[in-house]
Amino acid sequence: MAKTSVKWTKKDLLGIEDLSPEEITLILDTAKSFKEVSERQVKKVPALRGKTIAHLFLEPSTRTRISFELAAKRLSADTIGVSGSGSSILKGETLKDTAKNIEAMKVDMIIVRHSSSGAPHALSKYVSAGVLNAGDGSHEHPTQALLDIFTIREKKGKVAGLNVSIIGDIAHSRVARSNIWGLLKLGANVTICGPKTLIPLGIEKLGVKVTYNLAEALAGADVVNVLRIQLERQKKGLFPTIREYIMNYGLTQEALGRFAKKDVLVMHPGPVNRGIEISQEVADGLSSVILEQVTNGVAIRMAAMFLLSQYKAGK
Amino acid sequence: MKENILIKNGRLIDPANERDGVFDVLIENGLIAKIGRGLKNNGATVIDAKNKIVAPGLIDVHVHLRQPGREDEETILSGCRAAIKGGFTAIACMPNTTPTCDGQATAKFIIDEAKRHKLAKVFPVGAITKKREGKELSEMAELKSSGCVALSDDGDSVPDASLMRRALEYASVFALPIFEHCEDKTLSEGGCVNEGFVSTLLGLKGIPNKSESIIIQRDIALAELTGGHIHISHVSTAEGAEAIRQAKQKGVRLSAEVTPHHLALTDACCKTFDTNTKVNPPLRTAEDVAALKKALQDGTIDIIASDHAPHLDSEKDLEYDQAPFGMIGLETTVAVAISELIEPKILSWPELIAKLTINPARLLGLDLGTLAEQKKADITIIDPEQKWTYNKEDIVSRSKNTPFIGWQFKGRVTECLVDGRIVLAGTCL
Repeated sequence: MAKTSVKWTKKDLLGIEDLSPEEITLILDTAKSFKEVSERQVKKVPALRGKTIAHLFLEPSTRTRISFELAAKRLSADTIGVSGSGSSILKGETLKDTAKNIEAMKVDMIIVRHSSSGAPHALSKYVSAGVLNAGDGSHEHPTQALLDIFTIREKKGKVAGLNVSIIGDIAHSRVARSNIWGLLKLGANVTICGPKTLIPLGIEKLGVKVTYNLAEALAGADVVNVLRIQLERQKKGLFPTIREYIMNYGLTQEALGRFAKKDVLVMHPGPVNRGIEISQEVADGLSSVILEQVTNGVAIRMAAMFLLSQYKAGK
Repeated sequence: MKENILIKNGRLIDPANERDGVFDVLIENGLIAKIGRGLKNNGATVIDAKNKIVAPGLIDVHVHLRQPGREDEETILSGCRAAIKGGFTAIACMPNTTPTCDGQATAKFIIDEAKRHKLAKVFPVGAITKKREGKELSEMAELKSSGCVALSDDGDSVPDASLMRRALEYASVFALPIFEHCEDKTLSEGGCVNEGFVSTLLGLKGIPNKSESIIIQRDIALAELTGGHIHISHVSTAEGAEAIRQAKQKGVRLSAEVTPHHLALTDACCKTFDTNTKVNPPLRTAEDVAALKKALQDGTIDIIASDHAPHLDSEKDLEYDQAPFGMIGLETTVAVAISELIEPKILSWPELIAKLTINPARLLGLDLGTLAEQKKADITIIDPEQKWTYNKEDIVSRSKNTPFIGWQFKGRVTECLVDGRIVLAGTCL
């Protein structure tokens, strides 16, 4: 892969919307070199030695949190985890105070996961530390999109010109939004698919194709990214039953065999509801790269942290 | 004896009397003694209003004063000071205080407290339903006799159509207009920005235009059914404006207001996640803004009102979806109206002044909003050319929640008189 000449110039990584195609490619290329670190006997490089990274996870997360912590440790950073649920308001503290308190302890970088859209953006204005968005509400989840795109590029050798279909609850998905931004910026064709109640208004203005029909979404797709369906959405009346969701939008081996290309890649950001949005067979099948996504996630997060720390070093 | 005042050489605009020209105004004993040309001062204090606009004292029908209950956010005194600073000599305050203004005790407290300060005149709006719960009618006759000039459950619509019907019928007996915050919360529930492309991008739950227009249309139907007077608070949508236009053409008894922020800002401003852009109804799209301006121009919308809604920084420094709705507006309403309506020639000066004076006065049934001899001298003087920057440290309101901080404006209120007393001089309180 050709080295890009672009340099990292941002304090924070808040979303893919803010990134240029060159910046996205820079992160992907940087991740490529970090991926090898995790294959070594001694899985550590001194890139962030002496730096302190706070993981502020105000919403439950297993995979993303472990991935970020491993990434930080493999870069030799000192890490501290702060967890909680919901908003800072539940602790009787404003988001601004939370941010200022962490800042006061001389932390170099803050990784934030938050249930409210925009929380990392607000936080980033209050602190001079770099802020890395690990998922905010239904807004963005940039490192997930980057690791998805990294996996696609690794498997397909390119991103431009590929047909990528994203299936499921687009309305409430930060993964979908970040993927759409990133894939479009790199020249892929994006189709989104789900029941109309889970497709947000006006999304086609971004330049994606919208379909409510799974067969249409699968036809000609090089990549199918299946989103987790949150079971509480059914209780809120967004679709009648889980059973009906499975019948219309569940990705089964049969649907894949009938409509998709032979070499289609099947992805899922996890955690998987086996037998709901994706069948057991497909999740564990030959087309699935779900676990490789997880592996690549560590490399992407190492790259993102490294680049943000470079910004600090340059100041 | 109060001092006599002579306002000289101003462009006097009094839409109620269709007067627009250079006149002097002589004030004696708190009353307008004479309006004419070349009046002699006879020892009166002279205010030179050359190149300025002399208007009846402005009236804001939609203000949240927060007292009683949230004196940390605003008090009747601080709110009245903000009103005067912005040129409003009379304001109507919404009943969503703690306790709710749904009875004589709160209404009389507000009136007495305001009278003590002798700044803006304050007219309470009583609640339509007890505690604004949307369940039982409040004691409307008592609210009227205690000084309330209108009724509203502002912050919420009256959800039950039958109860709203009864409210309109009952209130009409006491000549109280019903102000409705039009929002079907079963449609907007949990939303915090306009529903559209911006809400989709931000991943924030949207409030559809239809959640407003569905209630406007219901209320129009109920106004037709009852003959009661509905006033639509803070219209924000093209659909809402169109529904009001059609109803007025049919002769339904209806009036409507719009806020300055719904004229100057769109939902694109929310992309910064600045919680000062979080208001209810939400900032809408450019198409809605254009429709609202057209509705002001053709008379569909009668009134400009601030919906001044103070919140502390500590309340606003939260996640976007957790922060409270509202922005302050008393001190910027005139300037925003000038830049959005006068500069692009959407309204003439007399048309703008009418929407800030006589129209609100008629809605509230007040003998204010015009300049006539032997009437109380409530007067606002505006320098239409003065350039100024809205700085946070200059804000008079106790709360500073506004996205207009740092904006440069042209046009500013320089003097205010209440009952013939100068309460704002050279933009200073």
